[in-house]
Amino acid sequence: MATTRVLEWLGRLYIWLLLAFLYVPIIIMALMSFNVSPFYQLPFEWTTEWYASLWQNDQLISATWNSLEIAVITTIICVVLGSAASLALYRYEFRGKKFLQALLFPPIAIPWLITGTAMLIFFFGVGIGRGLFAILLGHVALALPYVIVVASARLQTFAPELEEAARSLGANQWQVTNRVTLPWIMPGVIAGGLFAFAVSFDQFVVSYFLSTPGQTTLPVEIYAAIRKGFTPEINAVSTIIIVVSMALMLLTARFFKFGGEK
Amino acid sequence: MAGVQVSNVSRSFGAHKALDDVSIDFADGGFYALLGPSGSGKTTLLRQIAGFDFPDSGRIAIGGESVERVPVEKRRIGMVFQNYALFPNMSVADNVAFGLSVRGEPKAVIAAEVQGALDLVQLGKLGGRRPHQLSGGQRQRVALARAIITKPRVLLLDEPLGALDKALRVGMQIELKRIQREIGITTIFVTHDQEEALTMSDRVGILRDGKLVQEGPPEEIYNRPKSEFAATFLGDANIFRGESTGNGIRLPDGTAIFAGSGANLAPGAKAICAVRPERIRIFTDAAAPDTANANVLRGEVSKRIFAGNSSTYFVERGGQMLKVIVQNTGVDKLAEGQEVVLRWSPESTVLMAAS
Repeated sequence: MATTRVLEWLGRLYIWLLLAFLYVPIIIMALMSFNVSPFYQLPFEWTTEWYASLWQNDQLISATWNSLEIAVITTIICVVLGSAASLALYRYEFRGKKFLQALLFPPIAIPWLITGTAMLIFFFGVGIGRGLFAILLGHVALALPYVIVVASARLQTFAPELEEAARSLGANQWQVTNRVTLPWIMPGVIAGGLFAFAVSFDQFVVSYFLSTPGQTTLPVEIYAAIRKGFTPEINAVSTIIIVVSMALMLLTARFFKFGGEK
Repeated sequence: MAGVQVSNVSRSFGAHKALDDVSIDFADGGFYALLGPSGSGKTTLLRQIAGFDFPDSGRIAIGGESVERVPVEKRRIGMVFQNYALFPNMSVADNVAFGLSVRGEPKAVIAAEVQGALDLVQLGKLGGRRPHQLSGGQRQRVALARAIITKPRVLLLDEPLGALDKALRVGMQIELKRIQREIGITTIFVTHDQEEALTMSDRVGILRDGKLVQEGPPEEIYNRPKSEFAATFLGDANIFRGESTGNGIRLPDGTAIFAGSGANLAPGAKAICAVRPERIRIFTDAAAPDTANANVLRGEVSKRIFAGNSSTYFVERGGQMLKVIVQNTGVDKLAEGQEVVLRWSPESTVLMAAS
């Protein structure tokens, strides 16, 4: 009995340590974004000064907008192309299908540094060069496999009789896809979309290679700012991003519950 | 509503002949069972009629109109799948409404029709539920309501009761039959359960290796099977092998077995006789000659299985194990090892060519 209790207690301790490991740095950063001292000095004195000055920092704000814009467009493109691709891979048999499916995985494993270098060379070669458009193309290429893999995994659990049942009731291909198949893979598409958003929004390496001084994303801008000298504005912008992404995550979790029921 | 004619339909998958020159006429308003072991082609045939797959050759007509190249969504059929195939993302009412909704019927019409269909399957109050909140039997009814709401010309059922437990299955058999009579729809259902085929259908078609072995009313197939396969697949049968005598066979040991019906076979040809276990009477002594039960064999009780309302005796005779089913009348209990005499009438015996 006693050992069980000790084990249970150790288990709880382990969970709390894990959560602390994950969240303490984030919480400290969030707190420091509200601290007067820019050098992490205590005692803690409340201020919103850094948020106000963040509002004045045009470079940081424009980089944030760039990041959001690119992440949203990347997500939309990847969701549309990715669900269409996973449907095609599910429905049709064609030559080279297995090969194509196998080709989806290596980009996930290839280090971004190498992908970034390759993209930089390629984009210069074909005349696209660097800038926001190049970053967008890069992000789509990086994120697309995630959406296809996640949506395909969801389709593996789809019962083909559902499409047959819909057809037997007079539904054409479009109605079958829209009303039966897509609703089924929606949780997979949403999860894949979230991945795509995260891959794009968090992307540093590829963005760094493809950005120019005026046309850059938030992670690259933060990196440049830190090199020049750290300011609590970085804490402020990071805190905002954390709050927004956590809200997004919780929302998605709700979606998952909705779509996961059979 | 309409009848279905399948004429000389063949379908191969690679080297495998799933359907081999099958012709069946499904009468308008009839209840038809396609019976066969797995791999016999019964589901392939149903899918050809539904239009999920097209035949390599042959003709399929619904209501006199050739449909063998018409895709399923244009055939106006209703289908119930083995696993129900209810749309998990829709409520029960939306599932039932699907067929009318894709046609673009007005909402008010759909609502009224859905209620009517749900009432017909006695689920009138469950329209708001989700499929996962229903029991197996209820899902089955929803699948049926969804299939018939579009007023299809034919109702196709693929092992519709296979996923239900025994008690529920018997209830659903009666229910399905009632609904079918009520709307008078031509119904074709695939099953591997011979009892289901016998109790529910007006006609049965037995398939084996892609070929139609025999078809007709259940009584006819049961009482007058045309092949050993038909005799043993639909019900139980004792099979005797020997040489034809014209009106029966002669067993290798010289004993004659008289058959009252069956094939016309030239004397001397290899032939078999089949008799149902419940047609054989069992006696403990050789009483006076019994002209009605002209077939007589002596044997020894080797095993008895008590099944409540009846007992099954396994009687050994000349190296062959014969099965005899005796109704429980409360008197005749035979011991294992006991010498017995088996008698049955030629009318209970069917002569057929050896396969």
